[in-house]
This record gives sequence, C-alpha cells and structure tokens, in this order.
Amino acid sequence: MNTVYYLIQNMLPVAIPLLLVALGGMFSEVGGVINIALEGIMLFGAFFGALFVYIVQDSGLNPQTVLLLGMLVASLAGIVYSLLLSFAAVTMKANQTITGTSLNMLIPAAILLFSKMFFGSDGITTKANFFIREIPVLGQIPIIGKMFFQKTYLTVMIGFLLLIIAYIVFYKTRFGLRLRACGEHPHAADSVGINVYKMRYLGTSISGILGGIGGFFYSVGVMDGNVNGHTGVAGFGFLALAVMIFGQWKPLRILFASLFFAFLRTLAYSVSLIPFLSNLGINQTYYKMLPYVATMIVLAFTSEKSRAPKAEGIPYDKSQR
Amino acid sequence: MANNNDITHSKKYNIKNITKSSAFSSFTAALMAIFLGMIFGFIIMLIAAPEKAVAGFRFVLLGGLKRIGDVFYFATPIIMTGLSVGFAFKMGLFNIGASGQYTMGMFFALYVGFMMDLPSGIHWIVAILAGILGGMIWGFIPGVFKALLNVNEVITSIMFNYIGMYLVDMMIQTNETMYISTMARTKYLPQSVQIPSLGIQGSNVNLGIIFAILIGIGLYMVLQKTTFGYELKATGYNKFAAEYAGMRVKTNIIITMVIAGGLAGLGGALAILAPSAIAGSSMTYEPINRIAAAGFNGIAVALLGSSHPIGIIFASIFISHIQRGGTLASLVGYKPEIIDVVIAVIIYFSAFAMIMNAGLARLLMKLVKHDDKVPNNTKGAE
Repeated sequence: MNTVYYLIQNMLPVAIPLLLVALGGMFSEVGGVINIALEGIMLFGAFFGALFVYIVQDSGLNPQTVLLLGMLVASLAGIVYSLLLSFAAVTMKANQTITGTSLNMLIPAAILLFSKMFFGSDGITTKANFFIREIPVLGQIPIIGKMFFQKTYLTVMIGFLLLIIAYIVFYKTRFGLRLRACGEHPHAADSVGINVYKMRYLGTSISGILGGIGGFFYSVGVMDGNVNGHTGVAGFGFLALAVMIFGQWKPLRILFASLFFAFLRTLAYSVSLIPFLSNLGINQTYYKMLPYVATMIVLAFTSEKSRAPKAEGIPYDKSQR
Repeated sequence: MANNNDITHSKKYNIKNITKSSAFSSFTAALMAIFLGMIFGFIIMLIAAPEKAVAGFRFVLLGGLKRIGDVFYFATPIIMTGLSVGFAFKMGLFNIGASGQYTMGMFFALYVGFMMDLPSGIHWIVAILAGILGGMIWGFIPGVFKALLNVNEVITSIMFNYIGMYLVDMMIQTNETMYISTMARTKYLPQSVQIPSLGIQGSNVNLGIIFAILIGIGLYMVLQKTTFGYELKATGYNKFAAEYAGMRVKTNIIITMVIAGGLAGLGGALAILAPSAIAGSSMTYEPINRIAAAGFNGIAVALLGSSHPIGIIFASIFISHIQRGGTLASLVGYKPEIIDVVIAVIIYFSAFAMIMNAGLARLLMKLVKHDDKVPNNTKGAE
C-alpha cells in the first residue's frame, strides 16, 4: 500500500504539467494553429518563473506565495512567447510546424547563453522549497488525504482548478464554441462574423498561458524549482502533444491520458524502490523508454479515427474559398 | 495608350523572368532570413558586452575563413541531416526525426567499428554502410506509421528520437568493448575504421565531405530526372491528386522515409568515423541522454536551402561557417551558444521570409511607379 501511495504522490506533480500543456495545445489546435512550440513555451515560462523565484527567494516571502506569483510571471512569459508563434502562423501565414520548431530551438540556446553570461552555469538554481509535507485538515482524511494532500505540491491543486476552468471555457462559453468553429471551418466562422485571426490569436495565447504555467510547474514539481538549458523540460512539450492526440482534443480525456503517461514515467524513475520490478533485473533504460513507446502504441491504435480539428495547420486566408 | 501599356508589360516580363523564378525568390528569402538573424545576433552581442561586439561579430562573420578545413569537416554531418530533412520535405513529410536516425547510424557504425574485425581497406566502408542501414531502420518505422496507420510523422519522429537516444545510450553503456565508464565516453575507434583524411594540416576534414556533396548532387538528379523523384514531388504538391493519378503514395511515403533515414544515418556514421587530428585517438560518443543537435541543424539548413539539395549544401557550409566563427568569438568572451540562437532566429524568419519579400517587393514597386496598378502582377513571387 505504501508503494501505491508513493506512486500517486509522485505521479501527480508530473501529471499536472502534462495536463496543463496538453490543454494548452488543445486550445491552440481547436482554433486551427498547430502548436509544436509547446516545448519552447514551457521552457520559456519555466525560465522566467524560476528567474522570478531566484530574485525573490531571499525576501522572506512564503514559498507558496512565491509559487503563485511565479505562476503569474510564467503565464505572462508564455503569452509573450506564444505571440511569436501567432504572429508567424496567423498574420504571416507561415508554416506552423517550421515556426514551432524554430521557437523550440531558440529557447534552450537562449537559456544557456543567458545563464552562462549571468550565472556562470547551465541554468537557474533556486533554493526555494515548495514541497508541502501535509495540507492541514485535508491531509487528515483517511486514504484520500494520504494520496492527494500529503507530500505534494500546491501545483497539483492549481492544476485541477485550471482543468475545471478550461473545461468550462471550452464547452460552456460562447468563446469556446467560436474557437472550435475556427479550427473546423474558418470560412464558415468568418461568414457569420467571427474574426478568425483574433480567435486564433486568443487560442494560441491561451496555450501560451497554460504552456508557461505548465513549464513552471514542471520546474517546481519535477526539477525542485530549477531550470537547466541542457535538459530543458525533457520533451514534456512533445509528450503533451501526444497526450493531446491520445485525449482526442477533449479536456477530460486529456486528464486521463496525462495521468496514464505520468504513471508510466513515475514507474520508470522509481523502479529501484519497487521490490517486484527491481527483482526482474530489467535495465532501467527500458522503463525510461516506456512513455514514448506507449505513446507510439496508443497513437497507432487511435489515429485511424482521429478527431483532429479539420482546418488545423492551414493558415487562414480570407480571400480563399 | 495601348502601345504604352504593351511596353510596360514587356519590360515587366523581362524583370519577372528572373524575379519570378522560385529559385530566385527562395534565394532572396534565405538571404533576408540570414540578414535578420545576423542582425539579431549582433544586437544580442551589443547587449551582452557593447565594447567587444564589433570584434566578436567580425569573428562570427569571418572567423570561419581561417579554419576552412574545419568548416567543411563540421558541415559534413549537417549536409547529410539537411538532405534527409529536405528530401522528406519535398514529399510534404516533416522529418524532425533526423536526430534519432543520425544517432542510430552512428551506433551502427560504432558497432561495426568495435565488434567486427575487418581488413583496413574495407572496414570503414562497411561501417559507413552499417550506419546507413541503422538510419534507414529508424526512418522506416515513422514511414510505416505514417503510410499504414495514418500517424502524424512529426509525433512519431519525435518519439523515436527519444527511444533511439535512450536505446543507443543503453547499448553503449552496457557494452564493455565500446565504453569506458570512468571517462563516460566510448573508447577510441581502431585506425582501420576511420575515414581517410584529406590531409589538411590541423583539421579533421576527410573524404566524408566529398561523399556528402556527391550524394547531394545525386539526390538532385533523382528528384529532377527520375520517375520516382517526379512522383515524390507530385505527392508533395497534392497527395490526393497523386493517388488519383495512380501513384503508389503509401509505398512512396515509406521509401522516402527510408531514404531520408539512410541519409541522416550516413551523417551519423561520417561524424563518428572521422579521423582525429591527434594521432592515436578518434571521435568519441558520450551517452548522456541528450538528443543529437545535428538533426535540428539539419532542419535549419533544409529550410535555408528551401529543400533543394544544392541549396542545402551551401546552407550547411554557411551554418558551419558561422558556428566556427561563434567558437572563435569566445576568444573575446562571447559564448558559442549565441550561434544557436542566431540559427533559430534565421529559421523563424525563413518560415515567412518569402511572404515578407513579396510584400517588400510590392511596396518597392508601388514606390517606383505609384501611378501604375502593379499589385496584380507580383502575386507570382509568392
């Protein structure tokens, strides 16, 4: 039972970044913009979040307050970076995959450059401690309290809160419906007076917010508040894309997909702590490959009936019919 | 009146014959992107250390000329990954997996280098062929996923970059013939498996660059002169039309990805089998769980060369040139990462430089003869 607790406690901080970033990708893609740049947006958000934490870490603020403020900084950074994508993909009608790839390449190099110039290292190392041993009251609930409210991070709760907000925006607001129309049939949307360019900018900006926050939460929950230009976010932006496809561009399915991937990854990194698995004597690297292999298998089975937005990846041009 | 119109038209056609050609517009677009990228790099240098910026920038621009052998040596793997990405791109496939194919090719070449005992004349040739095979396998898988299961090749390639990287690192780390755990790198390869050097003093430049250029020319021939090349481009333009015309799109997708993988794999083999300027040593590989950068540089040069094999060769030499320059700029205190930033900015702009240029051309035309109705005619430049 302790193993189960351990796995869940470690899985959630990993699942949340995946969840948020995949939701971000969803908002961008249902609006019609393929967001390969999620990896870069995550890293950009993580970098500015960690930079903020680094600057204020000696001011004596409560770590959880610092986390919330860092989250705001990260989301702003995410918006700024996603605007580069929107500008190229929506205004300049450039190839979205290429633009995204260039944005992904830019940011690790920029972080290495910046960190080497100002810190003499490969990234930002903070001494912030965001870990929560036990949340008062809630942590006392039998079983559930131990699973969800002990040895965790505030990011987990914020993550679920953002999921609920994203769900409401996506399904229950006029904005969500219009955004989805722009990804399915932009010309039809335009003909009823929706500004497709604006909607696509908004969709991509939301993915910037969620991507930036996701990146910061990755650095909080997985990297202990640090950011490194070499390891970056370890392909989480790309995994999030796979999670999004696996989740068929639907918020709740994306939640389950991200939990699934996070579980596999947590398993991979805690093999030595689980007697049953470590007794098998399989090289740990196989477990590290597991999330990626699982992605491939899952995609192989789900892609046939993929529900990808019909107009995704196609720049919208008013004059074309 | 009518006469007047005729004259302006014939004049315009003369200019258009040159400026309208796609080669010209992609060339100017590449120049534009490079120009903007370099300016961006210069601005960063100015911000970082204003007093040294001019000296540093001169190193970036001209430093490579002093190390011309190294420029060609470092260009070799990028040409190969660039050709890989560009070739797939001609068919409308985005081979972001060149990194994984490159790593696989390198591993296969290493394996032949260490584990097989062959006479010195053919050992390196076999190792290169093995590298091609390794890359082909790693290109074949995304090809099959794309053709038969309709999985987007971008996602598959990215996943296989990670799988390949972990797999190769593990296989090297668990092989005692290949790996020195105290040094955290592979052992020195035997002399027989190293590619013959071109003999330029103090540089590792070797036969590989000749192979790379020849293969680039060969690919150009395949694309221009063969049925397969025609079908490939036709599929790139319109997949459904190609299928309707009776082309075997699915088979062609797989073949294209296998070739692209082989090209990237060859890049990995050429990189690891290069001779070392220091006697008794060789290139080594450090299994540190990091995706190979060569694949992403390949994307950069493929875009810069607008997927044209000859353009890719020149673009690779250019990128390698500014990378050498960036290394030299560290003499005045700049970090070489500045070049990676510049390259990324160049790609960002090259994604829409053609559109930007067309807009610029239209603007210029308007300024030159603001009484003439020009805009209709410039559409071809897009």
